[in-house]
Amino acid sequence: MELSDHSITSLRQLLTSGDICAVDIVDSLATAIEQKDGEIGAYLHHDLTAAKEAAEAADLSLPLGGIPIAIKDNINVKGQPCTCASRFLDGAYTSPYDATVIRKLRAAGAIPFGRTNMDEFAMGSTTENSALGTTLNPHDLTRAPGGSSGGSAAAVASDSAIAALGSDTGGSIRQPASYCGVVGLKPSYGRVSRYGLVAFASSLDQIGPVTKNVEDAALLLNAICGSDPSDATSLEQGECDFTQGIHEGVSGMKLGLPREYFGDGIDPAVRRQIENSIEKLAGAGAEIVDISLPHTEYAVATYYIIAPAEASSNLSRFDGVRYGNRVKNPDDIIDLYRRSREQGFGPEVKRRIILGTYVLSSGYYDAYYNKAQKVRQLIKKDFENAYREVDAILCPVTPNVAPTIGADKDNPLQQYLADIFTISANLAGICGISVPCGNITSESGSKLPVGLQILGPHMGEQTILRVAQATEVVSRAAHSKT
Amino acid sequence: MGRNKTDQIDVRYVADLARIDLSEEECSTFQEQLDAILGYIDSLKNVDVESVEAGGHGAVDETQLREDSSRPGLGQQELLLNAPESAMGQIRVPKVVDA
Repeated sequence: MELSDHSITSLRQLLTSGDICAVDIVDSLATAIEQKDGEIGAYLHHDLTAAKEAAEAADLSLPLGGIPIAIKDNINVKGQPCTCASRFLDGAYTSPYDATVIRKLRAAGAIPFGRTNMDEFAMGSTTENSALGTTLNPHDLTRAPGGSSGGSAAAVASDSAIAALGSDTGGSIRQPASYCGVVGLKPSYGRVSRYGLVAFASSLDQIGPVTKNVEDAALLLNAICGSDPSDATSLEQGECDFTQGIHEGVSGMKLGLPREYFGDGIDPAVRRQIENSIEKLAGAGAEIVDISLPHTEYAVATYYIIAPAEASSNLSRFDGVRYGNRVKNPDDIIDLYRRSREQGFGPEVKRRIILGTYVLSSGYYDAYYNKAQKVRQLIKKDFENAYREVDAILCPVTPNVAPTIGADKDNPLQQYLADIFTISANLAGICGISVPCGNITSESGSKLPVGLQILGPHMGEQTILRVAQATEVVSRAAHSKT
Repeated sequence: MGRNKTDQIDVRYVADLARIDLSEEECSTFQEQLDAILGYIDSLKNVDVESVEAGGHGAVDETQLREDSSRPGLGQQELLLNAPESAMGQIRVPKVVDA
């Protein structure tokens, strides 16, 4: 077993016992990336020389001392590129500052060293909307890793990263984690500062960990959470240790199955895996109850009004004036904006900006945007009602296993509909985690991972981490038998 | 290339509002795709929201403002490093005001 194959938890033990030094980890990662990433394409950029220097100076007494972390390419790291996988920023932008999560990672001793591929500006669910390269699923190279944090998930799954940060606006951490067989946590809205994350939809975006196991996700969340004067939507939360209590098991917990998430449209093989793990959690002492989230059927429509509306506003900053792509020889300033944006943005980004501009335009604002904001409140209420009855909710992350590359390329609506199980958490601001619970053998013989999603109330990360840890234990037990 | 009567959105007009040039081909692809998306989104018409008040920004009701005091920011040189064109410590753009 190479060092790059280890989890944070295991490397920290080796580091503190003096068996290895931090430079050994960077060396091992360098070898792994060299061997694998030509094929997988998880990284857009990395600087292992700088990482090695940082490793030599690492303070191993800190909670993440000496641990290299891969970073999704929409989070600013001072002195590194931040392209958002867009031609608009490629070769035309170097971050002049650290995002708050990066400042916090450094304060915890971690080393942000590489930039992972993603759907352009985080818009997409396969990473195929990246303008800068294709990322493949490490479990089956004919398939997509999911998205938009597909590079982060593929890097962790292929052991060319120890752990990574992603961002989740409608499932962009949890869905690729499920497809790649790793753990992905979307924190509650306000848990983690968004300062320095390139904004897509500000009322939905959260940064979160992509890791090899549940305990690592808790460790990374410990490092990045907290209120931040630079983000007015971040919340005061006191001292938190999310590793506390995660091993206590699910005995006595009440877990809800929303009937709207188990209807038609789920691949029967996926459903079987999900139901198996639910049975195992019941066997471990959880009480499983049926619940209802009645407005689920409106979540996709609501999301695809609110997210593009916010995106159309946020992405107006990419105009070719202060940074990024600027067209040559513009006729005037308006021509500069129009053609710089035409050249710089890919089709999905243009599509969403146009959709967002439309739903916010005069005459349509009430019918679309205001209506969606109200339905959003109903979706949020559904969850509040559910959490009066249950501690957490169990459901699939996606209706299917990882799609083959190019599957729904020309049908955006079809892609949007597959977000059904993840977007409600963003609309309601609650937390959710995807944890590997099994796999399905494809026709070609590859083993495609399936993730179980655990949704918890706002600021209920401790609860979902505990259920996720129990899921990891029962799934591993099943796995080791076969 | 006129619009069909069933079109919900005038893509060219909205792209103008969003300051994005589109090729003819892109415009007609988007027309079809966005009509399909808006057709789906219209399902929200069925939801009764009579008694619902629209929340603030959705997920969290309060915002936490920091103390209103000055603090160091990025300097002029650091900001100009990413500017596509600059001169005399300023970002250069095409003329916007006629003399």
